[in-house]
Amino acid sequence: MVEPKIFIEDVNYFYGDFQSLRNITLDVPSHSVTVFFGPAGGGKTTLLRLINRLNDMVENTRMTGRVLLDGQNIYDPDTPIAILRRRVGMVFALPLPLPGTVRENVTYGLKLAGLRDRYRMEESLERSLTQAALWDEIKDRLDSPATALSGGQQQRLCIARSLALEPEVLLLDEPTSGLDPISTRKVEESLQQLKQHYTIIIVPHSIQQAARVADQAAFLLMGDLIEYRTGTEIFTTPRDRRTEDYITGRFG
Amino acid sequence: MDRNRMQQIGFGILTLSAIAVVAPILIVIGIIFFEGARAISWEFIFEMPSEGMKQGGIFPAIVGTLILTMGTALAAIPVGVAGIIYLAEYARDTWMTRAIRLAIVNLAGIPSIVYGLFGLGMFVLFMHMGTSILAGVLTLAIMTLPVIISASEEALRAVPMEFRTVSASLGGTRWQGIRYIVLPQALPGIITGIILGLLRAAGETAPILFTVAAFYLPRLPQSPFDQVMALPYHLYVISTQVPSMPMSVQYGTALVLLILVLSMNIAASLLRSYFRRRRQW
Repeated sequence: MVEPKIFIEDVNYFYGDFQSLRNITLDVPSHSVTVFFGPAGGGKTTLLRLINRLNDMVENTRMTGRVLLDGQNIYDPDTPIAILRRRVGMVFALPLPLPGTVRENVTYGLKLAGLRDRYRMEESLERSLTQAALWDEIKDRLDSPATALSGGQQQRLCIARSLALEPEVLLLDEPTSGLDPISTRKVEESLQQLKQHYTIIIVPHSIQQAARVADQAAFLLMGDLIEYRTGTEIFTTPRDRRTEDYITGRFG
Repeated sequence: MDRNRMQQIGFGILTLSAIAVVAPILIVIGIIFFEGARAISWEFIFEMPSEGMKQGGIFPAIVGTLILTMGTALAAIPVGVAGIIYLAEYARDTWMTRAIRLAIVNLAGIPSIVYGLFGLGMFVLFMHMGTSILAGVLTLAIMTLPVIISASEEALRAVPMEFRTVSASLGGTRWQGIRYIVLPQALPGIITGIILGLLRAAGETAPILFTVAAFYLPRLPQSPFDQVMALPYHLYVISTQVPSMPMSVQYGTALVLLILVLSMNIAASLLRSYFRRRRQW
């Protein structure tokens, strides 16, 4: 078997006294779409944020276990966090454009990384907006404020902003929760293109979406990993009773 | 009584209260402008006082107040802004930082004469600065700091947390997030706080009374260790300490001080609305 892109090994996570994740172990293969799904409060977002250490910004938390990216534990004390976050990009539930223009938003990460080359900036701007299926819609409005775009466009802008850094892994936390069905379809379609170049992990905003996009899916319930198999298997023949109940809508 | 009538009476009371608040200010400003305008002339603004301050101008007091205000800005802004960036963006929430916050809020409410006496004890006597611009500027800076810090903290906290998270998720260090996103967004609030603090410094008498202000000094300062005249103190002197001082000189001095302070205030409002229009959230 090929080495997984990400290997989460025996992770426990605590917010103060509350245990949010319990003995989670799973591997994420590269160039595929992995889904973390389950009812609210199950630990999906926490698990997602552990992979680029965004949870570091939350005070009074504790973690045990390891998260390996290409075999390297990202929780080693000498991990360069800024570089890790460039390798592992993140798209949030709400479109969060930064103040400034479309162009400034997409090139923000490159500017932080110290890139000054105007030509490469432009190149990266067009490439990432194209990958996020947004270029054709807004190529004439690159210098208008990002907040002037529609909600769906803003969210694809946020995806483009992460892609501009050419990350290896893209984390998406309910990226379509604020979007209409048409924008949602566009985002989902772009994911299918993106997985050829990136490893994608997504917390979907519905079971239907999970079933549509998943190559493999992990069902998380109250901090436990109940079941983790290929998308086809888990959504047609779930093994665990709780997974089946959730998928068929008996709770959640 | 029917509701309509009640409402009319209610509005009437509110209108009267509003008038009661605004009217005294307008009257004071009106009288000072009316009486002071007659004293204002080229000589009054740009010449040294003479004849025991009854003749000539108030140039050294104007220059003194400008020097003190600018010196205060120089001393207070870097320390205040750097301090609040640390406190609001970096420091963890411990009993220590909570105590510091509480102290800052309380410092903003201390009467200015207390700062004046502190400046006398600390800078003039203990640190041997003597009665000097340096001692006065430091005293005014300490009085101004809490105002700058409180206003800036509010401005920094008003910037949505999500911006910091997004910046971090794009590989930004904490400082990069502050430098490129948080500070530009908080700038209008910070500038307003700075100007409000400096306004207080420009208009106060008590803090400079023992630390820098000269009773009568008809020349410009040569070094930071000189004394200077200053408008608020000069106004106090000519209206209480000098017998048979012409009223026109007193009104003229008050008018100059008022114009200085009001124009800073208006500048603050303009800056604030300019930056607000550029803000995008």
